[in-house]
Order: sequence, then C-alpha cells, then structure tokens
Amino acid sequence: MPAVTCDQLVKRYGAVVAVDGLSFSVERGECFGLLGPNGAGKTTTIEILEGLLEPDAGGVEILGLRWRTAERELRQRLGIQLQETQLAEKLTVEETLRVFRSFYHRGRTIDELLAIVELESKRGSWVGRLSGGQKQRLAVACALAGDPDLLFLDEPTTGLDPQSRRQLWDLLKRFRQDGGTLVLTTHYMDEAETLCDRVAIIDHGGMIAQGTPRDLIAALGAPRVVTHSGTLEDVFVSLTGRHLREE
Amino acid sequence: MKNEIDRGGAHHPLIELTLARLREFLREPEALFWTFVFPIIMSVALAIAFPGSGVKPAVVGIEPGDRGAAIRQALAATQGITIRDIRPGDEERALREGEVHLLIVPTDPPAYRYDVAREESHLARLLVDDALKRAAGRKDPFSAREEPVRIAGSRYVDWLIPGIVGMTIMGTSMWGIGFSVVQTRMRKVLKRLIASPMRKHEFLLAQIGGRLVFLAPEAGVPLLLGAFVLGMPIRGSMLSISVVCLVGALAFGGLGLLLASRARTFEAISGLMNLAMVPMWVVSGVFFSSSNFPQAVQPIIQALPLTALINALRAVILEGAGTAGVWRELAVLAAWGVVGFGVALRIFRWR
Ligand SMILES: Nc1ncnc2c1ncn2[C@@H]1O[C@H](COP(=O)(O)OP(=O)(O)OP(=O)(O)O)[C@@H](O)[C@H]1O
Ligand SMILES: [Mg+2]
Repeated sequence: MPAVTCDQLVKRYGAVVAVDGLSFSVERGECFGLLGPNGAGKTTTIEILEGLLEPDAGGVEILGLRWRTAERELRQRLGIQLQETQLAEKLTVEETLRVFRSFYHRGRTIDELLAIVELESKRGSWVGRLSGGQKQRLAVACALAGDPDLLFLDEPTTGLDPQSRRQLWDLLKRFRQDGGTLVLTTHYMDEAETLCDRVAIIDHGGMIAQGTPRDLIAALGAPRVVTHSGTLEDVFVSLTGRHLREE
Repeated sequence: MKNEIDRGGAHHPLIELTLARLREFLREPEALFWTFVFPIIMSVALAIAFPGSGVKPAVVGIEPGDRGAAIRQALAATQGITIRDIRPGDEERALREGEVHLLIVPTDPPAYRYDVAREESHLARLLVDDALKRAAGRKDPFSAREEPVRIAGSRYVDWLIPGIVGMTIMGTSMWGIGFSVVQTRMRKVLKRLIASPMRKHEFLLAQIGGRLVFLAPEAGVPLLLGAFVLGMPIRGSMLSISVVCLVGALAFGGLGLLLASRARTFEAISGLMNLAMVPMWVVSGVFFSSSNFPQAVQPIIQALPLTALINALRAVILEGAGTAGVWRELAVLAAWGVVGFGVALRIFRWR
C-alpha cells in the first residue's frame, strides 16, 4: 500500500485552476519531490494531501486512510511544514516545541528535537528573534515532533545558507533511513537530485513529467549536453520554458 | 500501561496551550499594562469622585469686598458651606460651570441667584437661607431631636463599584480573547496549529483559561479599593464573589470566542466587540439602574450577560447573597458561556 495516492485532483480558485487533474502515488520509504515554477500548484497540491484544503474533485488516500474518516489518526502520524510556517513570536524555541510535542502521543523528547535541528543554543530565544534559517529549522523540528511516518515539507530549505541546507539534508536522509516517507517541494534542482527518489514536474496545475531524476535527465537526450553531463535543472528549464512567472 | 501517552516531557496540551497563551500575554507589555492599570485608574477616579464622607459641601459664591462681609461672617460659622469669591461680571460663568452652586448678591435683604434645575443649588439655597436668617436673629419654634444613622452600602458609589467590576470583567475578557485570536489567525499561526493533531476545543479552552489568571487583579483591585478606601461594605463571602466573577469571566470568554470566530482583521473584531459591548454598558445597569428602561424590554435586558453579572455581584457584595441566591444570574451567564463556546467551536475559522 502506497504512503500517498492521489487521483485526478482538481482545485479551482475562481477562474484559476490551481490543480488540474493531478494523479500520482508515493511509496512507503520513498522521497518524492514536487517541482514546478512559481504558481504551478505545488503548495495547493501538498495542502490537499495534508488535509488542509478540500479538493473540488479527485480522491486522496494517505497511509491507506482517508481524511474524512481518519483525520485524528492521520494527524498523529503526519509531520507538516507549511510553506510559510508561522509560529508565535513571543514564545521561546523550547516553549514552542513543548506545545507541539504535547499534541502527539509518541515521539522524541524536547531535548532530542532541539539537538536534531541544532537549536540547543537558541532554546531560550523568542521565535520572533530567530534568523530566517533558524525559524525554518524550528518549523522542521515541529514537524518532526510526533516521530511521523510521513513528512510533508513545502520548500524546507528556501532561505537557508549552504551549511544549514546540508545539515537539513542530512537530517532528512536520517529520517528516511529510519523508514520515513518524505514528500517535499523545492525550487533547488540539486536538492531534488540529492534527496528525491522520484520527482514530478508540474506546471499550470498539471503533470509534465514524472520519474527518477536519472531517468528524466537521460530522457532529455544526451546530444544536447556535450560538455557536461545533464542535470535536473536542464530538464526543468527545457520542460517549463525560460519565461518568468508573474509572481 | 500499554496505551500510555508519551508526551516527551511536555504537559497535557490543554496546559501547554494555556501556558503559551499566558506567556504570550505576559510578554505583551501594552496588554499587560491595560489589564492592571485600567481597573486601578477606574477605581482611583471613583475614589476621587466620591470621597469617603459622601456629602459634598454647598459651594456659595459672593463678591469680594466689604459689602458681603456680614454675610460671609454668618456663613463661615455654618457647617457644610464653602464660600468662594466671585468677581462681579464673572457670576454667569461661575454658575454655568458649576464652580458655585449658589450666588449671593449682598443687598439688603440679600438675593439668591441659582439654577433651579440643579439639585445641589436647591440644597445650597436652603442651607444659606437658614444660616442667614438665624444670624439675623430668627428664633426657632422648636429644635428637633436629630437621630443620624449611617447605612453602609446605600450610597451611589457602593452601588457603582460592582457595576465597574462587571464592566471590567466583560471588557478584559472580550478584548483579551478577541484580539489575540484574530492576531493568531492573521499571522497564520492557527493554520499551522490545525495541521497538527491539536484538538480544537482544547485550543479554544486555553484561550479562556489563559485569561482567568488575570481575573484576580482585574476584579480584585476595584473591589479592594472600594472596600478599603471608599468604605463599600462586602457582605457576601469571598467564595461567592469569586464564583460569580469566575462564571462571569467564562461567559464573556465564550462570547469573546464567538465574536472572534470568523473575524479576519482587527477592524472587524473591534466593530463586533463594540457592537456587543456598548449597548450593554448602557442598558445593563453599570452607571444607572436598568429598571429605568421600559417594562417591555426588561426580559431582553435581564437575559444579557452583563446585566446578570452585575446583578449577581450587587446581590452578593451589597446584600450578602450566597451563590444559591443568585442561581438565575449564574445560569444566564453559564448559558452564554456554553452556547458561545459551542457555536464558536463549530463556526471557527482556522485560517
Ligand atoms: N487562496 C487562493 N485564492 C486564489 N488563488 C489562489 C489561492 N491559493 C493559490 N492560488 C492560485 O493558485 C495557483 C497555484 O498556487 P500555489 O500556491 O499552489 O503555487 P506554488 O506552486 O506553490 O507556487 P510557489 O512556488 O510560488 O510557492 C496560483 O496561480 C495561485 O495564484
Ligand atoms: Mg508554494
């Protein structure tokens, strides 16, 4: 049984079709990446999977369960990091983690969580006074609080410095070694290549390509890349075009 | 136990959420300032407006100079009259602004100039007339035996303080909850929380719970000031008073959540709060008795939470009623709290 299956998802905002008939599935233990330009529908898709948005059409199954009937169990088993996670500014890092940890019936201790994201030295700092990268790491720690089976991360490394990115990658690799399933969105192709077993490239709410990074690069065709071996970025740009998205 | 819940060192979510709410509030200097300072300002204003003795002296104006010397001398010996110099030409203003209650024109016989619409002017006229006639040699046909008694709790200020306490509980509960909920929603913190396994009713309960801690200073300051500085009697037990305040705070907590359940901006929540609270300030008997309103609307007025809270406070504080004696008011308050909370839980907007 896959960790995530979604079938013909549709989500409209007035005239905008944010998600236009997406179908894919994510196996257990897999890392699945959603790639796409700004406004492609990544956040909308992931929030539907997270049970935060109701799709206009289509079905979602998470860990073999449905949101309508098993929301409480699913919430215990998922870890979620929103694209713009906001946490209370006037609570400290430790207090924030305590609040989130208290919701879960199992998981790591506060100290372990602080150690995983290397925020021990900021334990007593107000969230509002953290740097962007530190906030991002705290958001990931909150997502990990309940020792989730399935982790959704929406642009987890945006705004991080190279050290923090690599540190987060290591953390996510360890999460996968422990059997966790990971669904993430990113604009960094090197990140997708490093972390993801499979990626989906979407644009205008629809699926453009899906497969392992290696297959996608191979499919792009060797002739075009003579001087260097192809990258996922080459694939991405060739599939989604070079023009900017108004956003 | 096999199914034991492991919270990794954190407390029950209800406790953690309440603590979080409390901490956030304590770290918000302005909110904290108003919570503690508002009741103090109110109480001090009351203490100044109603000095302990209760009866204010009659203030009488007279022109400076020799013409009024005899009158001045006759009045100086009389208790309860304060004399003020008012220059000719300034009389109109002094009367209009209430600087003096009565103006004596020192002719022979003197003339009294005063505003017939003012109660205190009539009182001043009686006192002055009596004092001047007596000084002029009037013989009283008899002297009544005076039997002064003082009934504690019958003054306006005694009646007013429970109203102020009720108003404070309403205001701080509603604003405290309304603003923080809307702020949490605007900053999308609610959206993140709802993505976790947090139970919705626990979050809402914590919003009320976080406020209850402040009930002691909010209600306590005006009550203590009233009792010890203004001499208001406290006839009921501390327990009964606390129960009434607590149930009142819960009622307005539920109502505050209800008003904040959909609002997405501070403007929206402010409008709703004022819409709910201003009518109650007027009709619920904070400053004047709600019995002044027509009989036809009394059932509505009596069903309002502020009316119930203030009536219960007055009964407990001034008449010494117990909680059993105010069960109807407590029931009205509990109903507002429970219904407000229940509806808020159903219609609450989490993002
Ligand atoms: N609440 C909303 N109301 C109206 N339109 C919306 C709403 N949320 C998203 N959209 C629209 O839906 C489309 C997809 O948005 P979405 O946030 O899913 O994109 P994204 O792929 O996550 O983009 P980004 O990379 O910039 O995060 C966009 O055109 C966006 O403007
Ligand atoms: Mg997005």
